[in-house]
Amino acid sequence: MSSSEISNKSQDQYYVPHLAKWPIVGSIGMTIAAVGAATFMNSETAKVPVMMYLGFAVIIFMVFGWFAEVIKESERKMYNTQVDASFRMGMVWFIFSEVMFFATFFGALFYYRNLSVPWLGGEGTGLSTNTELWAGYEGVWPTNGPGNVGGEFKLIDPYHLPLINTVLLLASSVTLTIAHHAVVANARKKAIIWLAATVVLGAVFLFFQVDEYKEAYQHLNLTLESGIYGSTFFMLTGFHGMHVTLGAIMLAVITIRMMKGHFKPDSHFGFEAVAWYWHFVDVVWLGLFIFVYII
Amino acid sequence: MSHATTMDHEHDHDHKPKGFVKRWLMTTNHKDIGTLYLIFALAMFILGGALAMIIRLELFQPGLQFVNPDFFNQLTTMHALIMVFGAVMPAFVGFANWMIPIMIGAPDMALPRMNNWSFWILPFAFTMLISTFFMESGAPAAGWTLYPPLVLQGGDNIAFAVFAIHMLGISSIMGAINVIATIMNMRAPNMGYLKMPLFVWTWLITAFLLIAVMPVFAGAVTMLLTDAYFGTTFFNAAGGGDPVLFQHVFWFFGHPEVYIMILPSFGIISEIIPTFARKPLFGYVSMVYASAAIAFLSFIVWAHHMFSVGMPLGGELYFMYATMLISIPTGVKVFNWVSTMWKGAMTFETPMLWALAFVILFTIGGFSGLMMALAPVDFQYHDTYFIVAHFHYVLVTGAVFAIIAGVYYWIPKWTGNMYSERLGKIHFWWSAISVNVLFFPQHFLGLAGMPRRIPDYSTQFAEFNMMSSIGGFAFGLAQVFFIYIVYRTIKGKGTTKATDRVWEGAKGLEWFIPSPAPHHTFQDGEPVKDEHLAHVSNH
Ligand code: HEM
Ligand SMILES: [Cu+2]
Repeated sequence: MSSSEISNKSQDQYYVPHLAKWPIVGSIGMTIAAVGAATFMNSETAKVPVMMYLGFAVIIFMVFGWFAEVIKESERKMYNTQVDASFRMGMVWFIFSEVMFFATFFGALFYYRNLSVPWLGGEGTGLSTNTELWAGYEGVWPTNGPGNVGGEFKLIDPYHLPLINTVLLLASSVTLTIAHHAVVANARKKAIIWLAATVVLGAVFLFFQVDEYKEAYQHLNLTLESGIYGSTFFMLTGFHGMHVTLGAIMLAVITIRMMKGHFKPDSHFGFEAVAWYWHFVDVVWLGLFIFVYII
Repeated sequence: MSHATTMDHEHDHDHKPKGFVKRWLMTTNHKDIGTLYLIFALAMFILGGALAMIIRLELFQPGLQFVNPDFFNQLTTMHALIMVFGAVMPAFVGFANWMIPIMIGAPDMALPRMNNWSFWILPFAFTMLISTFFMESGAPAAGWTLYPPLVLQGGDNIAFAVFAIHMLGISSIMGAINVIATIMNMRAPNMGYLKMPLFVWTWLITAFLLIAVMPVFAGAVTMLLTDAYFGTTFFNAAGGGDPVLFQHVFWFFGHPEVYIMILPSFGIISEIIPTFARKPLFGYVSMVYASAAIAFLSFIVWAHHMFSVGMPLGGELYFMYATMLISIPTGVKVFNWVSTMWKGAMTFETPMLWALAFVILFTIGGFSGLMMALAPVDFQYHDTYFIVAHFHYVLVTGAVFAIIAGVYYWIPKWTGNMYSERLGKIHFWWSAISVNVLFFPQHFLGLAGMPRRIPDYSTQFAEFNMMSSIGGFAFGLAQVFFIYIVYRTIKGKGTTKATDRVWEGAKGLEWFIPSPAPHHTFQDGEPVKDEHLAHVSNH
């Protein structure tokens, strides 16, 4: 038997919590939000999705309560290295599931651009579809389809805001890494400053992203309803933006925890988890910048 | 820390939380959560089964008798969604919760709070999904595959169905993460990967499948949602979209999904057969590799569901050959089970009967799958009752039979009571005969051209449909009987106390702890003993 087969060498106990009150709160919040959103979307008169916001409030309440409990336990040293390993695996595989979620939309984008739009334009076996149904349609990307859905639109110039945003996010990954090294070196003040810088970079990114959306809607006639180009553009950048928002909030929380004296050079899983998440969001952006904006 | 507490009966009673809310709503105990999953699955099995009974009632005779066509379509759609996501998958997660920590000597699942959440999302998500029956729009009616553009005509139910699916996905992903962390991080000392029971192995692989494809499904239904409500044109050719993309994305999820439902079954069967053949599992390591190969291949065969949709010829050929490849590792499994029994000292207790029926009937389902994998002939079979027969052989006589086999096999360990062998055998023969009366004629119906998902049919199909319906009612009734057997066993009515070992030939950690299994089984840090394990290979 090799030593690698022994998964647990630590002699202290694996901490198994005994009662969990937050999950059920989370389920209730989720359900309120989902029913609220669905009812709102089906309603012709409702202006504000009140119930959905209420659900989100419950979820936020749950997240804070749950994490507060975990943080308290962690600070009390109730978690041994084996518990830490479980958390790490949890975060890694959670991020993997997110990768697959984005992969779905990237895959869809490639499918449209390389296969189905050219077919609509008469390529391959699409010849009769083209001549019978969509005569004259060229099938060239970017497109809002043979039906010119949403009307003529213009593209966003990748070398203005998107390029700046790329630089911002890349820089934020660097600042975050500096902060991480500072944590390991037990230089708390330095870590806080670089963390704060990361949050600011993320926030500026989001600010520009909102600006870009405004520009698209108001001046370029590029909207979610601009056919397949608008659909893929806003779905990909929109979900990415939501992830940046979440990541920035988590970074802010980590910054506050640093200020409160949490995390040790050898134990700062919360910090690392958020850092992984941030790098993941960063990589997704690079994919977006190349495949959505430039090419 | 004492090792002696492990087998201590008094110890566990102290730790069971008192009161319904604390015991069940707030539980972090893997056994309680496993029980919740299993009970939930059983409830959904009854509900999904009830819908199936109405379907078979309508199909008893040609003509429209009881339900209108739209409601019929709601029934087939919801029957499938409930059975797949409400009955089969949660049942396997229930088994995973109950058995994996015990089988690998872990004190509990790795992330017990998240474990609670994985379960407690399900009842809410299903309430939402089922509530669509009572809406003006009715429930989703485009089939469980949710193909656009048809599904987009669903009206109000779209948003509810999509959000319910999102919630189910979140639950599955969290459950899968927990399984992975538990198996990779919580094995007791001396529990090497290649000493793990096959059930643990198949679940580890299943968990990776879940994490990889549930987000894809979530993405697919999200695109449906925005097409329905926010003016995107993912599936609308006028806007440059393509409804066929949905099928690709759905089946990229859907095919691994069917393996998510069968791999844990393989695991259960691989536990049961060696016990009653009183021989170690033949080809343990090859079983592990075959499971991994099946999982890998399941990602690259999805378009065998789309042969008749219109694909480039190269696509048809590739997906045909790739699909046929899956029969190889699947065949390895079947031959290994048979070889395990070869010259074994076999006895035929109820779990073994179900396991044997599984091997035979699942193989029939595999063969019909192989027939449909041939692209040119699938043009004939596609969307007929032949497909319905195929997937019911692999899912009912496959997955569901394995679940029932597993329940009989482990219920003495769960409850401390032995089920009634006589009733169990009656249940088995009643089910095994009726299920074939139910599904075998559907092969002939399909070959003769009867389309699936229709409430009425040409009179030439009348006899086989009537036969199938009679088998269906009998099979449905048999499962009511099953619930009675389970109830009796839990209550200990007319049953005997189970021994710790339960089965003479049983090996594995679960058989060396008391029956019923104490609330907390293992302390962590205790090494497992090789002589308790079924597989002690030196790899
Ligand atoms: C040797 C293994 C298998 C092969 C070659 C195979 C092949 C196929 C093919 C080609 C189809 C599509 C037929 C059509 O729609 O025209 C199909 C459908 C299906 N298979 Fe299999 N299959 C196999 C095993 C399984 C297993 C193990 C399961 C589940 C546990 C399964 C579940 C299904 C389901 C649910 C459908 C129908 C989906 C739908 O259209 O609603 N199959 N199979
Ligand atoms: Cu398939």
